[in-house]
Amino acid sequence: MSTNCDDGRPLHFGISIDGAGRHPAAWREAGARAAQLFTAERAIDLARLAEQARFGFVTLDDSFLLQPVGAGGVRGQLDALLTMARIAPATERIGLVPTVTTTHTEPFHVSKNVATLDFVSLGRAGWLVDVSTTEAEAHHFGRRPLATPEDLYAEAAEAIDVVSRLWDSWEDGAVIRDIATGRYIDRSRVHYTDFEGRFFSVRGPSITPRSPQGQPLVFVAAVNDHALEVGLDRADVIIVDAATIGEAARLRDRIRDGLHGNGRDPSAVSVLVRIDVLIGATDAEAGETLARLDGAAAPGGFVPAGLAYVGAAVGFVDLVEEWAGAGVVDGFVVQPSTLPATLERLAADAAPQLQARGLLRREYAGATLRDQFGLARPANRYATTVAGGPS
Amino acid sequence: MSDTPRKQVHLAAHFPGVNNTTVWSDPTSGSQTDFASFVHLAQTAERGKFDFFFLAEGLRLREHRGEIFDLDVVGRPDSLTVLAALAAVTERIGLAATLNTTFNEPYELARQFASLDHLSNGRAAWNAVTSPDAFTGENFRRGGFLDRDLRYDRAGEFIDAVRALWDSWADEAVVTDADEGVFVPDGAIEAFHHGGGEFAIHGEFNVPRPPQGWPVQIQAGDSDGGRELAARQADVIFSRHSGFTDGQAFFADVKRRLATYGRAHDELKIIPAAVAFLGDDADDARERAMHIRRQQVSPQGAIAFLEQVWGRDLSAYDPDGPLPEIDPDVDGGASITRGRVRHESDSLAVAAKWRHIAATKRLSIRELIIEVTTRSAFVGSPKEVAHLINDYVQADAADGYILIPHITPHGIDEFVDTVVPELQDMGVFRSEYEGPTLRDHLGLARPSSPMGPVTTAASPDGARP
Repeated sequence: MSTNCDDGRPLHFGISIDGAGRHPAAWREAGARAAQLFTAERAIDLARLAEQARFGFVTLDDSFLLQPVGAGGVRGQLDALLTMARIAPATERIGLVPTVTTTHTEPFHVSKNVATLDFVSLGRAGWLVDVSTTEAEAHHFGRRPLATPEDLYAEAAEAIDVVSRLWDSWEDGAVIRDIATGRYIDRSRVHYTDFEGRFFSVRGPSITPRSPQGQPLVFVAAVNDHALEVGLDRADVIIVDAATIGEAARLRDRIRDGLHGNGRDPSAVSVLVRIDVLIGATDAEAGETLARLDGAAAPGGFVPAGLAYVGAAVGFVDLVEEWAGAGVVDGFVVQPSTLPATLERLAADAAPQLQARGLLRREYAGATLRDQFGLARPANRYATTVAGGPS
Repeated sequence: MSDTPRKQVHLAAHFPGVNNTTVWSDPTSGSQTDFASFVHLAQTAERGKFDFFFLAEGLRLREHRGEIFDLDVVGRPDSLTVLAALAAVTERIGLAATLNTTFNEPYELARQFASLDHLSNGRAAWNAVTSPDAFTGENFRRGGFLDRDLRYDRAGEFIDAVRALWDSWADEAVVTDADEGVFVPDGAIEAFHHGGGEFAIHGEFNVPRPPQGWPVQIQAGDSDGGRELAARQADVIFSRHSGFTDGQAFFADVKRRLATYGRAHDELKIIPAAVAFLGDDADDARERAMHIRRQQVSPQGAIAFLEQVWGRDLSAYDPDGPLPEIDPDVDGGASITRGRVRHESDSLAVAAKWRHIAATKRLSIRELIIEVTTRSAFVGSPKEVAHLINDYVQADAADGYILIPHITPHGIDEFVDTVVPELQDMGVFRSEYEGPTLRDHLGLARPSSPMGPVTTAASPDGARP
């Protein structure tokens, strides 16, 4: 991991813009605009708010499951990648990181869909990899029984592998438009993947040329040991849950060791901690909001998994500074409890303070999501020639 | 034109395709993959008040003589993702994506089109195609599993399943009643069960019913099975029959089939692919057409095209010389090119026919290929082309046309600037969009949910009336 904070560089911040916020009763808040939950306009407003604050990227969850809640909970969810594509032309710099699952999807489609998000966003696409863990989702497809968690993640690792190969299956400059020979492409620069795995085989090449970033960034949330293994093997960004700095430090060591063990450079992989955040004008107001939300939600409706913060913006900034000072993480994935309210507070109140303390960039580090993470556009694994001619 | 025309013309724009009709060698030819190219074409089509913008799909790069075919435009982004992004830079034009029923599953595809329909406020359309070939299957989990004879069964069942998913949410199910704490009332989402030869699925769908109820359904198959499928399920047929006589025959045949399914004559729009070559006058248009045809059939492309019929390596032949004296390799013809739809099957008969044409008209290989691959097109001045299109539509050769431009991204600029105003002056094409959705543009009713209206929290037991 790059532990940007060690040398005073700013942290990475991702903002989850799912639904009305993480709290199950958030849609009932005044100003929640719940009637617009399935519109592009709402998603764009949230992404622009995050972009104005210079937060690095937004995330959207995705699933083939209808939320198992009653009439009082939010049900329904648009396709995350298509929503991000709809946001892309309406934003300029912010990273767009949809969840795309690997259990019931085709790696060939996933590859071109994420690559295309990279095209339409001019290099701002990431992919948050997830699996489908329920019987219900298996029945929605009817192709095979639910696999074990171990196999679900083994398949996810294989999917990332083949998707990544497909992203490289066209070399940069494969389109040559050579009128003398009549050739539109140089087919020696377009490659079969010939992938044969445990779960699928994919001949390739992709139908989509190499995208602006070459390899869009791969995000994995380490929700269990299997997922962590996938992240150690294949992720550019690993998202973890840690309630304390001590827990985060132990995870950091484990991740560093794991990356070393896999022959990977830990400085090339970022580790972000998920944090549930509810911000009010004052600590008291935030507390009142939480009490109101809890009172409106079904019993036991909301228990944050790891780190959580409820209060005024300054306390959130203090928390970030404390974690940054401990040098255990590269940033945070912020899950607002209420949307747009908490994001509005984050943008208006927290972002300027984070910037004043050097914890949040004042301007984006570049045009692409890779630029934000300080990652160069990677060489193509299949390339036999370099720019300028044969090697 | 004294009588008031009884029909309005429908127009759509096809993004220049991955095939030899797209000219890449011209200095004005732009990127086939950059988003900006799609933006220009879609915005131009919207400026022309077209019904929809159409993207094709192919899921395996074509091969010729065992190698990736390198002479034509190849490579394209994912259709749905591009269209979702185009929804941000357009306001009214319909957004049509071709998606395969063989290598997709109903739950995911239904979610994607429902999402596109929400994200575009009711402008989504799906062109359903079915590929039984194992060649394409090599890129997917199940390989080439589908029997060719079952392709329309699968497509039909797929569409039925997708519609069942869209219909499993009542219209206006999302009531968001904050005071009562009801987001979606009980009973407004029903479980779905679909069991057939191709799919056995059940559960609950997780996207609210699309704004259009069902996104517009397009179908392009031309066989008897394809026509029957279209008559049962399609809103639009994208046919190849752009000529006058074949257009009328196809139109009559398909519209006749509608009654079997209890559907009215105007519930299915026949919109063939069409090409327009414009000029200052008819002669100028013909000259420009020939120039473009030569760009479309390069010397190397002509040989490759000939090889598809001959089934052998003809690279030693001069494209500006005569046809080969040797006969086609009957066994080689079927496999020399993979991933391309072939419409000719008897290679010896085709070769005999082509030799006759070449001898009669004294044509070289390249000239012959230009001759035999020229499809009917609207050629003339803008006024002449506008009148031709209208005459065809009024005579029921079509309900309108999907224009296939030969170049990216400026391929429809001239048509929109010159032909569309003529059609508008004739009173047969809209000057403004009448409604917000693609169904509105096409004059198609919105299918209402079979679940009926949602009861509000005011009803005591939440039961539907």
